[in-house]
Amino acid sequence: MWDYTDKVREHFLNPKNVGEIPDADAVGEVGSLACGDALKLYLKLDENKERIVDAKFQTFGCASAIASSSALTEIIKGKTLDEALDVSNQEIAEFLGGLPEEKMHCSVMGQEALEVAIAKYRGGPVPGHDHDHLHPEMEGEIVCKCFGITDQFLKKVISDNKLHTAEQVTHFTKAGGGCGGCIPQINELIAEVMGDQPKEERKRPEKLTNLRKMQLIQDILEKEVRPLLWADGGDLELIDIAGSTVQIAFRKACAGCVSSGHTAKFVEQKLREFVAEDIVVEEVEG
Amino acid sequence: MKEIYFDNNATTKVDEAVFEEIRPYFCELYGNPSSMHFFGGQVQRKIDEARNRTAALLGALPEEIIFTACGTESDNAAIRSALEIFPEKRHIITTRVEHPAVLTLCRNLSKRGYRVTELTVDGDGNLDLDELRAVVDDDTAIVSIMHANNETGVIFPIEKIGAIVKEKGALFHTDAVQAVGKVPMNMASSTVDMLALSGHKLHAPKGIGAMYLRKGVPFRPFMVGGHQERNRRAGTENTVGIIALGKSCELAGHYLAEENSRVKALRDRLEAEILRLIPNVRVNGGGAERLPNTTSVAFEFVEGEAILLLLSEKGICASSGSACTSGSLEPSHVLRAMGVPFTCAHGSIRFSLSRFSTDEEVDAIIGELPPIIQRLRELSPFGREFLQK
Ligand code: FES
Repeated sequence: MWDYTDKVREHFLNPKNVGEIPDADAVGEVGSLACGDALKLYLKLDENKERIVDAKFQTFGCASAIASSSALTEIIKGKTLDEALDVSNQEIAEFLGGLPEEKMHCSVMGQEALEVAIAKYRGGPVPGHDHDHLHPEMEGEIVCKCFGITDQFLKKVISDNKLHTAEQVTHFTKAGGGCGGCIPQINELIAEVMGDQPKEERKRPEKLTNLRKMQLIQDILEKEVRPLLWADGGDLELIDIAGSTVQIAFRKACAGCVSSGHTAKFVEQKLREFVAEDIVVEEVEG
Repeated sequence: MKEIYFDNNATTKVDEAVFEEIRPYFCELYGNPSSMHFFGGQVQRKIDEARNRTAALLGALPEEIIFTACGTESDNAAIRSALEIFPEKRHIITTRVEHPAVLTLCRNLSKRGYRVTELTVDGDGNLDLDELRAVVDDDTAIVSIMHANNETGVIFPIEKIGAIVKEKGALFHTDAVQAVGKVPMNMASSTVDMLALSGHKLHAPKGIGAMYLRKGVPFRPFMVGGHQERNRRAGTENTVGIIALGKSCELAGHYLAEENSRVKALRDRLEAEILRLIPNVRVNGGGAERLPNTTSVAFEFVEGEAILLLLSEKGICASSGSACTSGSLEPSHVLRAMGVPFTCAHGSIRFSLSRFSTDEEVDAIIGELPPIIQRLRELSPFGREFLQK
């Protein structure tokens, strides 16, 4: 069981400001059913359109997601839009007496919904997730396909929260918590933002004995390739390795898929990147 | 608050009769069964009795029972032994929906050069036996397929699977941790070579398990160092655990019919009432043959952890295949393998009953659950068009 603070329990069991504001000035929506949590935030402004006079929310998610939404609305009521933009995810977590680290993404979701609401109201570019591609105007490139999370957003969360490992980034944003395929890119972003070296970078070794090469090929297929295929309901099986020729057979959704040719190329690319330049991947019936 | 415990696939209450059975073996009859004196000998006889009782529940011979520490140990011992017996065979077959005790081991082995095939399941959680037939080959050392699924209760056709496996000369292991005591078994006429069971799912305490090993099937022990269990599992016996398991197996045989009649009727009523009272609900694996005590229900537009915590406020203990409870971010591997729609994959709750479950408890859940779901749906931005007024 999670060790939630009394504050989290209180805001989960009796959340404040639940509901919608029919004539809201600003609405921010983040997350999705598929992601496992989502928040829709409604803001009502005063007549000068400056100060938040009312805030309400609807949330789909776990206890800490509901509590974070409740906390967020309590924090921002009475603030001007500029003051509200200064609210950080840490502030939401602190308001609740802290969140388990694995649940920090709930506080990030709150902060993000607020930013989206204000950005949309002001007509600027919309930061953040884009799981359902609701916001074509959104900034940045998608890094994590499983959760639809952009590089811009990740960089912001990494620097705001001083994150040093991919695991932390997953706890704060969910990115990397699905198939794991984006973890190398997350490590690069951490290196870029925090200026230190990513922890586990795979590099292509200089020279390989045949045995090492075969082991490495298997290893890369297991860790880097199959998880990506599983995410789409596919799979592959290693049939044989002869010198630099790697024979694979596609399984499940990949078998008989028209784009399996592309997939074979993708596998080859991965193996060349991590094992050796001269690898050739052949698709066989097996 | 009196708990309403509907999480019996996680663990069970120790039966009072089991507790009475082991009580003297802590402070009075504490001898080591291996000792030559009368004081150890009387414990040895009690262990023999426990072995007979365990074997009787499975329809096995007493010498086919090896006591272990838990289901996970039994699974590990069986699979590792098979690989040692057939060093030239490099293929393992299992399923996508296996318990982590098997799945994690297999995935680790695949990193060490073994070829691992994970069979898929359909939307109801059923296996496709043709898929198994197509992949099992002369290189297959062991096929490890669970008897019944812990999350959904879906039962696999173990004997049909065993028959296919035998044709290719591979060993067949089944993790029957959830099935023992709920599904009748007769190892004497079975195709199963090895089977894992766990005491604490059967009203014995935690820390005791057993492995069935068919007579004549070669075995390489996982634990070495002593002659216990006929050299097949070294280490001083967990005497109280073994005696408890024996008693709980005897009781399980006794209550098997009740599990499949009264307990099943309770489960069916709980499930039917949930479906009747709450819209946008589905039963995971509802179309498959299932254990009599398990139901996994998926509620659309709400998230499982929130449901569990609100149930817990009312004293109701259940569990969830949702991501948030475990700290992982994706719904359980079982529900994903079944392709449960994303609108409700995060909102799945498992209720698992036991022979201690009552009508009143089912009534209480049926009373508390609909307002909890309604309340969370009112909070949710999704599915608002389906809200009950
Ligand atoms: S792409 Fe990020 S977890 Fe799958």
